Amino acid sequence: MKGLLLTTLLFLIVLACYASPGTLNVQDVPWDEGKALNITWQTPADSIILQRADSLGVWQTIFSGPALPAAYSDRDLIPNQSYSYQLIAIGSADTDTLIVRASAKPREQWFYMHKLSFLIILVIVSLAILIYIQRARMGKEFYIRRISGLDSMEEAVGRATEKGKPILFVPGIGDLDDIQTIASLTILSQLAQRSAEYDTELIVPCRFSMVLSAAREVVKEAYLKVGKPDSYKEERIFYLTDDQFGYVAGIDGIMVREQPAANFFLGSFYAESLILAETGFSTGAIQTSGTAQASQLPFFVVSCDYTLIGEELFAASAYLSRDPQQLGSLKGHDFGKLLTIILILAGVITEIVGWHWFKAFFEGVQ
Amino acid sequence: MKRNLPLFFAFFCGLLVIVSEFIPHRPFSLMIDTLQEWFMIISGFAIILGQISLFQSNINKIKQKDSGWMFYLAGLISFILMLIVGMFWGTQETGGLFGHGAALQAKLGMKPFDYLFEFAYMPLSSTMFSLLAFFIASAAYRAFIIRSFESNLLMLTAVIVILGRTSFGSMLTGWLPQGLRFWHLPNLSDFIMEYPNSAAQRAIMISAALGIIGSSLRIILGIERSYLGSDK
Repeated sequence: MKGLLLTTLLFLIVLACYASPGTLNVQDVPWDEGKALNITWQTPADSIILQRADSLGVWQTIFSGPALPAAYSDRDLIPNQSYSYQLIAIGSADTDTLIVRASAKPREQWFYMHKLSFLIILVIVSLAILIYIQRARMGKEFYIRRISGLDSMEEAVGRATEKGKPILFVPGIGDLDDIQTIASLTILSQLAQRSAEYDTELIVPCRFSMVLSAAREVVKEAYLKVGKPDSYKEERIFYLTDDQFGYVAGIDGIMVREQPAANFFLGSFYAESLILAETGFSTGAIQTSGTAQASQLPFFVVSCDYTLIGEELFAASAYLSRDPQQLGSLKGHDFGKLLTIILILAGVITEIVGWHWFKAFFEGVQ
Repeated sequence: MKRNLPLFFAFFCGLLVIVSEFIPHRPFSLMIDTLQEWFMIISGFAIILGQISLFQSNINKIKQKDSGWMFYLAGLISFILMLIVGMFWGTQETGGLFGHGAALQAKLGMKPFDYLFEFAYMPLSSTMFSLLAFFIASAAYRAFIIRSFESNLLMLTAVIVILGRTSFGSMLTGWLPQGLRFWHLPNLSDFIMEYPNSAAQRAIMISAALGIIGSSLRIILGIERSYLGSDK
């Protein structure tokens, strides 16, 4: 009797294995905005057709091809809506075509788990900056290294004043939603104050209308601040064009015709950086540039007298204003650098030791 | 109030963007897109401001017969011409006030706006871009003049990378045995680009990212206000 039962059970298992040659598994992608489902399947077939039912229940093909690697990620779905899928496993000529179905619902989560490492670093660096700002408020003085590109501002304005020629300030080709443009405008504020003090003309050609209105406001306030509102010339801060190379051609024309004594290229720059800097070099102007675009920095370094590299552009406002609170925030940057060095060293050591979880955590692998 | 309201908006929007970067759930997941759409709408209105500035500055220079005033005149004429043909006959699939201008299309092969774009604007834009080749040559010449240890090093590295990217460089060291393949110029060039060059670029990018965090915090907390026009 026992033998018969065992044989029957074995027969049923073999039959089940033979009768279910295809499985389809649909799962919600974890820790996302609920717009994707992971679909996996198992089938002995060589090729498959994967279909999804649309809102009318009609099957629409979303994937057709080889059965391996048995996974597909369906994206751009609507969160919390149920989706049905069917897998058609196409067999060879002498075998049947199989159809298996499954459904699932993509769900919105409350946290991007793969960004946890970014959040931790952001919180630590932000806290450090806030602590240093607080310490600066309490009167603590911090040492900030000299940035020659910013120290040269006085020299550039002085030279333009002596020669009786204008200063050209280019706020980059980014719009106002680019942090480099914002950093550039904060430097423009300081430069405009100095040019107002010396009664030196300031030319600011803008690529975007939003930047134009912000630049006008910044320069106007700077002239007001030094008590020379009458010296402010709105028409010298003007819009050129939205087109990248049209903008470059316009600035090149200004440099050649008006021969500014000092050129400032600060902000976001791309392919036009060298064209601008070389034209400025050919006119003999003293040139200061700054950008966070690593690929454009070599061009500026070659053609300009002073270059603000990466973070120096963002530190400029604090450095020039000498506001203790802002200088305190620069110390926070330094803490961030120290943290980065420690993390890099720790990463190297853990990889050597074979603890790959450390690198995976900071890479955001789920 | 005039100063506090923008500061409040900067604080609120800045915080919102940071939070939505880490929370995928609605409404946070939709906020960045919504804010970007608002920015586009405001930019759209600001374009009028730009056009007014363009007209004012160009007309003033033409009136005062500034040096090169004819260039400003050419700029204005080009602007008005493109505006008129675009408004009258539209661009690509979009019709204008006078429809699609079938007769003009038959004559030019395309719409007048597209014709001017293709045969006037594009060549001019390409000409500006192509100037880059000559500027690279002049800048490279200056950079590679041997003055110090650093410029020596720069020149040596540049020569290796330049030769390594050409078939001539490959031919020069192609005879090296398998054990010395590292010194084969294309391999050496790849090594320089992949390791020392990437390391330097990443260092700049990491420090810039820290600078961005600091700048953003200063703006969000209202410590940095000069972008608003005044730091008071």
